[in-house]
Amino acid sequence: MNRPTLLTGWGRTAPTAAHVVRPRTPAQVADALAQAGPRGALPRGLGRSYGDAAQSAGGLVLDCRELTGPVRLDSDRGTVTAPAGTALGRLAAHLLRRGHLLPVMPGTGYVTLGGAIAADVHGKNHHRDSSFGAHVRSLTLLTPDGRTRVLGPGLADADLFWATVGGMGLTGVVTEATVAVRPVETAHMRVDTDRTADLDATLELMSRHDDAHYSVCWVDLLARGRSLGRGVLTRAHHARPADLPRALRADPLRLSPSHRLTAPPWAPSGLLNRWTAGAFNAARFHGAPERRRGEPQPLPSFFHPLDAVRGWNRMYGPHGFVQYQFVVPFGAEDVLTGIARDLSRAGTPTFLAVLKRMGEPVPGPLSFPRPGWSLAMDLPAALPGLAGLLHGFDERVLDAGGRLYLAKDSRARAETVHAMYPGLPAWREVRAKADPAGVLVSDLARRLRLL
Amino acid sequence: MRDSVGSVRTVLLLGGRSEIGLAVVERLVRDGAREVVLAARGGTAAPSVLTALGATVHSLEFDAQDPDTHTATVARGVDLVGDLDVVVDSFGVLGEQADYEADPASAARAAAVNYTGHVSAGLAVAARLREQGHGVLVVVSSVAGVRVRRFNFVYGSAKAGLDGFAQGLADSLHGSGARVLVVRPGYVPTRMSAHVEPAPFPATPGQVADAVAAGLRSGATTVWAPRVLQPVFAGMRLMPRALWRRLGR
Repeated sequence: MNRPTLLTGWGRTAPTAAHVVRPRTPAQVADALAQAGPRGALPRGLGRSYGDAAQSAGGLVLDCRELTGPVRLDSDRGTVTAPAGTALGRLAAHLLRRGHLLPVMPGTGYVTLGGAIAADVHGKNHHRDSSFGAHVRSLTLLTPDGRTRVLGPGLADADLFWATVGGMGLTGVVTEATVAVRPVETAHMRVDTDRTADLDATLELMSRHDDAHYSVCWVDLLARGRSLGRGVLTRAHHARPADLPRALRADPLRLSPSHRLTAPPWAPSGLLNRWTAGAFNAARFHGAPERRRGEPQPLPSFFHPLDAVRGWNRMYGPHGFVQYQFVVPFGAEDVLTGIARDLSRAGTPTFLAVLKRMGEPVPGPLSFPRPGWSLAMDLPAALPGLAGLLHGFDERVLDAGGRLYLAKDSRARAETVHAMYPGLPAWREVRAKADPAGVLVSDLARRLRLL
Repeated sequence: MRDSVGSVRTVLLLGGRSEIGLAVVERLVRDGAREVVLAARGGTAAPSVLTALGATVHSLEFDAQDPDTHTATVARGVDLVGDLDVVVDSFGVLGEQADYEADPASAARAAAVNYTGHVSAGLAVAARLREQGHGVLVVVSSVAGVRVRRFNFVYGSAKAGLDGFAQGLADSLHGSGARVLVVRPGYVPTRMSAHVEPAPFPATPGQVADAVAAGLRSGATTVWAPRVLQPVFAGMRLMPRALWRRLGR
């Protein structure tokens, strides 16, 4: 066995060591699963989960990034079939050249297809189109007993399909999936931007414009007093050729090379603190137009603005950062304002707070999105008192009937998460049938006692 | 498992009645630990403060002078609580230098507790931490081992050995996901040191525990308690031998 490798999530906290293998084919996945020792095995993709979801201390980690191969677009049926290691950014670029797009695009293109299913990722269109899992037509799941199953929402074993959607890689290894695609006429978005004066105005404006296909608000949680929660709301639709400047109309599906889904290889380390984050937030707020309509924007800059800075997670320094994301039902806006007020008061260097409206959920018992408001924010892990502050937030979110996102969690208590996911016992039953020997295990699962 | 804000779920204390060790455990429980194993000869009762804070406390038989049992002791700890997130290694005896000089056999027994017991226990713990791919072994060393003094050289030499062992163990664990935190307290007024005259720069067990908690958070390899002892002992190491041996304390 090779030497263990230290793994962390994207937040770069709490490293643990595991033996890593890189299967290239489903057969190699099955072999690797059969070789798992007493500490179990776990699939991992591009490592963009913020917390400990894709690490398994002392175990065998299947790095599935090389589980790639040809992509098959079926434009008649409106589906694409791809190996699970395909990165969504690459898949999107491939589809775009052929006039199609994935129905859900998360905030980064560096997510594998398998990872997108396991975390049931969502995008800026959740209020309209639900999460990634809602568009999966079928998937191939390899379970530790060596069986290969083709699962889908309308096929046999639908309960295992939904346990896999949002199941954090703990039901088996997805090796291939077929996902619905949407036709697009251009590689651009038509974006409306509005600046809002405070959190109430932000919430009001977001509630009013429910018709936008994509909608997201960046919120300044460092602003104090009456400006607290001021934001920059962007709403967008897919641009039609007529929406584009004349120069782009000739080849509307083409992206300029600078907008390809690649990134410059730089990122300073340890740059972010309360002062730089405050200055950045203020600059971002004042730099945004107060009101702009119909601005054409290339698809990658709209969906994946952070991908432009490779390794931006290093900006939080050696201790890394925690991403805190929760959803609370509509009507629980006081939880949002309370948390925003406490963060502002504590002067926490909150960088990148993102507010979204969430719509219809999928039946996956561990799938995160629920109708309501979702707020996500990055916080430096070394912040004194962070543990207590966030545990307090957990209680408020739970009391309001909300929940935390497992793909981002790295510090919640097991009891809290169990209360937030009432479907957990049902999920455990389904999982136990697919993995009776309990081979699949992650640090997240151990910490939160999911299994 | 240590989480992203530094909390752990389980703690094993080798030397279950050690005041410094218990202070560290209490601190970790306040920070979120929920399962505690106290390992001591003859077992030990759960301090009420730990149960009041919501921890489940298990008692485990542990004899520092019986190295043949140490691997099994660690395994029993794992049976009780699962993965060992933090192991605090803080057993030891202080004794009187004059008594040791009068009874060399008693000096050897004390050295066995203060040094060789840590070798077998430390290696048994390290093997488990390496296997589980994470975890921290906190070794309570002492400034007495940084430069051994005439007035307590039996104790000091064992601590010097322990300190060197812990550093070597830390290096051997590099890259395994597990690590060692060496703690070097100065004079700490406890039951064990009740017969010794106070020395400069004392620290309470609580202060040592705070230093350990900070070290666990920051990923430090060594903590001094209080911190001022690090520069003080850097100077002490340079002191001429003729002067050093005349120091009373």
